[in-house]
Amino acid sequence: MIDFHLNGEPQSLDGLPPDTSVLELLRTRLDATGTKEGCASGDCGACTVAIGEPDGHGNLRYHSANACILPAHQLKGCHLVTVEGLAKGDVLHPAQAAMVDCHASQCGFCTPGIVMSLFTLYEASSHESGSQPATLAPYSQARLEAALGGNLCRCTGYRPIRDAAQAMLAYPADQRCVTWDASEHLAARVAESAQDSPVDGSLYHRPKSLAELFALRRDHPSARLVAGATDLWLERTQQLKVLPELIDLRNLAELQVLEEHDQGLHIGAAVTYARFEPVFEAHFPAFSRLLHRFASSQIRHRATLGGNVANASPIGDGPPVLLALDASLVLEGPEGARELPAQEFFLDYRQTALGAQEVLGEIRLPWLPEGRQLKVWKLSKRREDDISAVLGAFSWQLEEGRLRNVRLAFGGMAAIPARARGAEAALEDQPPSPAAFAAARQALDNDFKPLSDVRGSSAYRRLAAANLLERLRLKIVTSTSQGANTPNTPAMEVTLDAYAD
Amino acid sequence: MRTLTKLSVAASSPDMASEASSVDANSADSKSADGKRVDGKRVDNKAAQQHESAIKHVTGRATYIDDLPAPAKALHIALGLSPVAHGRLERLDLDPVRAMPGVVDVITFHDVPGHTDIGPVFPGDPLFVENEISYAGQCLFAVAAESHDAARRAAKAAIIEIDEQPASLDPVAAAEKNDLVRPTHVQQSGDWQQSLDNARHIVSGEQFIGGQEHFYLEGQACLVTPSEDEGVVVHTSNQHPSETQKLVAEVLGIAFHAVTVEVRRMGGGFGGKETQASPWACIAALIARRTQRPARLRLSRGDDMRLTGKRHPFHSRYRLGVDDNGVIQGGDMTLIGDCGYSPDLSEAIVDRAMFHADNAYFLGAARVTGHRARTHTASNTAFRGFGGPQGMMLIEQAMDDIAHRLGEDPLTIRKRNLYRPGRATTHYGQEVEQLDLLHTLIGQLESSSDYWVRRDEISAYNARSPIIRRGLALTPVKFGISFTAKHLNQAGALLHVYTDGSVMINHGGTEMGQGLHTKVCQVVARELGLALSSVRISATRTDKVPNTSPTAASSGADLNGQAARDAALTLRERLFAFALENLWPQAGLKLDDLQLKDGMLMAGSGEESYRITWGELVQAAYIGRVSLSAQGFYSTPLIHYDREAAKGRPFYYFAYGAAVSEVAVDSLSGEYQVTRVDILHDVGDSLNPAIDIGQIEGGFIQGMGWLTSEELKWNDAGRLLSDGPATYKIPAFGDLPATFNVELLKGHPNSQASIYRSKAVGEPPFMLAISVWSALRDALASLAPGGQCPRLDTPATPERVLMAIAAMQDHGDKHPAGNSREDDAHVQA
Repeated sequence: MIDFHLNGEPQSLDGLPPDTSVLELLRTRLDATGTKEGCASGDCGACTVAIGEPDGHGNLRYHSANACILPAHQLKGCHLVTVEGLAKGDVLHPAQAAMVDCHASQCGFCTPGIVMSLFTLYEASSHESGSQPATLAPYSQARLEAALGGNLCRCTGYRPIRDAAQAMLAYPADQRCVTWDASEHLAARVAESAQDSPVDGSLYHRPKSLAELFALRRDHPSARLVAGATDLWLERTQQLKVLPELIDLRNLAELQVLEEHDQGLHIGAAVTYARFEPVFEAHFPAFSRLLHRFASSQIRHRATLGGNVANASPIGDGPPVLLALDASLVLEGPEGARELPAQEFFLDYRQTALGAQEVLGEIRLPWLPEGRQLKVWKLSKRREDDISAVLGAFSWQLEEGRLRNVRLAFGGMAAIPARARGAEAALEDQPPSPAAFAAARQALDNDFKPLSDVRGSSAYRRLAAANLLERLRLKIVTSTSQGANTPNTPAMEVTLDAYAD
Repeated sequence: MRTLTKLSVAASSPDMASEASSVDANSADSKSADGKRVDGKRVDNKAAQQHESAIKHVTGRATYIDDLPAPAKALHIALGLSPVAHGRLERLDLDPVRAMPGVVDVITFHDVPGHTDIGPVFPGDPLFVENEISYAGQCLFAVAAESHDAARRAAKAAIIEIDEQPASLDPVAAAEKNDLVRPTHVQQSGDWQQSLDNARHIVSGEQFIGGQEHFYLEGQACLVTPSEDEGVVVHTSNQHPSETQKLVAEVLGIAFHAVTVEVRRMGGGFGGKETQASPWACIAALIARRTQRPARLRLSRGDDMRLTGKRHPFHSRYRLGVDDNGVIQGGDMTLIGDCGYSPDLSEAIVDRAMFHADNAYFLGAARVTGHRARTHTASNTAFRGFGGPQGMMLIEQAMDDIAHRLGEDPLTIRKRNLYRPGRATTHYGQEVEQLDLLHTLIGQLESSSDYWVRRDEISAYNARSPIIRRGLALTPVKFGISFTAKHLNQAGALLHVYTDGSVMINHGGTEMGQGLHTKVCQVVARELGLALSSVRISATRTDKVPNTSPTAASSGADLNGQAARDAALTLRERLFAFALENLWPQAGLKLDDLQLKDGMLMAGSGEESYRITWGELVQAAYIGRVSLSAQGFYSTPLIHYDREAAKGRPFYYFAYGAAVSEVAVDSLSGEYQVTRVDILHDVGDSLNPAIDIGQIEGGFIQGMGWLTSEELKWNDAGRLLSDGPATYKIPAFGDLPATFNVELLKGHPNSQASIYRSKAVGEPPFMLAISVWSALRDALASLAPGGQCPRLDTPATPERVLMAIAAMQDHGDKHPAGNSREDDAHVQA
């Protein structure tokens, strides 16, 4: 049984196959065709919907999500808002009215998704401003990119959409008369729908504890694990696989920890990117800036760091950073937990150290000690929502003019995310000199034999990775010699504004 | 004042007069369309009407094909695609497909009762493979099932055995072997060889220009319902309903009048639904007739990208002689279009590339050769610009190369080469009109963009910045407007006025987001003096307006606007004659005294004024037995092209524009960003400034994607690797330049009698994006030793940019790309 609300109205669905997506549910079962399918892979945003979840203070907080790869069973206890739910009769929501007035739709196919991304931005702004969104300053480019980077438009070139985003806050807030605004106590009713329903024989399981999880896996060995579903669901939509039985990992308290300990940060494997992003902002700003270019807002609100790690893709953006930070992983199994350095987790292409019964429990990131630096640089064809051709994550400290504990981790250079051991050795205990880095670049060439694929040629990957080391040298040199700059000779620019680290 | 009010009219919509002055193209004012953007308020220009579906778009109420309610018993179709690029189909066992759950019908080549070849102009496009497989993704069979998923899963069950043969994937090699889908065409003006022999300098270069996936957000889709007798009704996302009608009829072996095709709107087209929307309608029609059930077919994104053709990749080279001022004297240009496996529209596309090999510059005594190479890939097809962009890229590369050779600013060289009096004839013999327009436009843009100040700033910056380099470029556009297939330059319209005064206009054009229906309604409202809200378009239907041309070549508003206007004028004349004879017979009024304005028919003034509301007039005319339905027709005058002689006037007029783009490039990573873009574009007297600005901006960004991030990749066996948005990257929100100033050129109505002296706007702005690529080369040139301008093929991904830098550093001045020292030696000798 899935109890949720759709545009303010309670819904209760029974007997829905576990691998039904929200998009399929909307378009084929609920006859709500405003939400479009553009790619069925979470890349275009035409299917964007808003998911409202109780914030524990009597309010609903909304985030955007891709309905095409969102399991319908994950709607339980949520308020699903679609483009049909915003206008009240002929009165448009500010996000809609601004889109019309700014001439921000042409063919209109991406428009419902863009309206929903603007709606979630508006709701967040309304919340931040105490329901006085008109008092807010214009959005920063970064905020707009975060909100709209996952919505492709092929017609407009985005300028009028940018204008609409900036303009919508100025519309009278009382125009925010979505159809379901009138329904009082919606948040309470939504929260209520999250309560357990009677056991109904569904093949979509929601264990609440590790013990329950291990029992389920023992009894249902063919069931697949799902958290954010942002990768698993591609098997459903792209390979047309049937996923007859699923175990949802999002309700396990053990996998939802987000704790700052003396030694470091503990992140449960099922914590979404959106949830830990603010923590990273404070402690690992270089990692946090990478996250702005990691997929889209829609994905970051569903996807988990645990998924990114356990998936073990050679081009995942998270793992190289974990390697550079000397992170460790906690693997939970029926026999107990074990902690493993991240670098021992990735064995071969898509092969990990996870035992058959084990799941990834936590990712543990040690704090960066004073003086220790982290840089994360991602190279891709498009700045937003693209997969890396090469990702470099570098960590080091400079002691008495020499580099110590150098970590040079890369994605896209090998079958697994990996450290460049030869290049690390070439820099260890060396000053950040051109000669040392030349040796490191030389060594790097022996560390990796990257493949050529759709995202880049082998030659490009080698050259780009080597050049990232040169960029690293320049960053170290310019940051340590900053005081020497006179006002008339501005510091040398090493990276572009849009890629600033 | 006498006002005729005696006729009692029940139905006269009160809002009909409310915005009657809203359509006044003469008040078109780009500044107001532009100037009000920042606060997001509605543009106050009355012609800047919102898109007719804007509110439906934002509320999700606009319906696309897959949103149409499923008719009872509708079947879903999926296709079986060839896994290999070239070979012979040895065995196709579909019994396992038939055995899959929910399957109702499976069809192949052998089940087609009528034509099996659906080539739009020339034969060569089999609906299904019979024996020979010509590209990976080619359609082998179709399966119809009770659900979309059931059909797709069933399609995977086929047993396919293919005798695989080597795939031909290199268009240059194909052209050398004369493996062409159509014969080579040559245009020549004067003695090109002599112009090279006599030139002070010879500059030469070559380039590879990548293709482009349309990536319309709504994939190919149709819904076909069997109708009475032997016919079908086809709902399709389609730029060319009449051609689909023809092909469906021919495939079924029935008369055209048994097929009705309807298009309400597309979720994007861009050329990708001109010829390549028809196969799916034909297949669904076959299934619908065989099963007597409605059949719907929508391609998944991956199948869409594998099955359908793209913008043609081009390999081009040039060799031009210039004088000491960098002015072209003549030369030789060769364009090889990669057409894929069949002709499709490639004859006309490579022609248009050749017609634009001059862009805005006088070529002197030149030869332009266009080859149509065959490769084992999907048949490349129409895409915004239709070959024009690829043609322009070559001459724009030449401009930069000449400038760097002679040590001049590229803008100086471009300006010196512009068409001007005495140098005003194209290499295909058309005289260029409005000769001063482009000079004026570039002058204004140079000034508004601070080109020269920024040039100095950028030079100074680059001199002190070893890693980050900036680049700047101004490139113009001169784009020929008209179908080069002369017969397509015609349009029809059908205007109905109902007795409540509401107006329905149908025309042959289709709405793909470009605002065509909005503009056509504006034309009719203007001619009838009505509020825009009283004029509506239902859908484009082949049973309303027959034998239409595709909505393509930027011609939609030019052709259909004129046809609609013709219909409106016909109806207006009828109503005027009726009024003179029956309403005000004693007033001594002449036709010229009457006008339709503000929802009224009016004549005279003061004491001698006559008035009747539109609703009353229509009711009176109906009672008076006047036909309230009119047809309109238009055919473009003046145009002709003699392909034998390669001379003529293929274009009714040219549309112009120019853009200045600035980029910053990271020379260590190849990453770059477009920091500022200034555009000034010529749309004559705008029909709708808001829509026109939207076309300019959208076209520019789409063009930028083509030249930067959108990379099509195939593996060595010819299988498309970039088959979805995860691997094929169209511009995203953050690619919008931080500063993006877009203005319409004012005060230059079309010199030809186009609809209200406006100009076509769909395609021309696409090519403004060449300025981005040129600016990237400009930034790279700052890193090059000795005044080179490095070769930069496209899309200029960060990889290509980085590798271009590496090539310069590796080879130093040994192999200066895009600029041959041998030619210098020739000159010195």
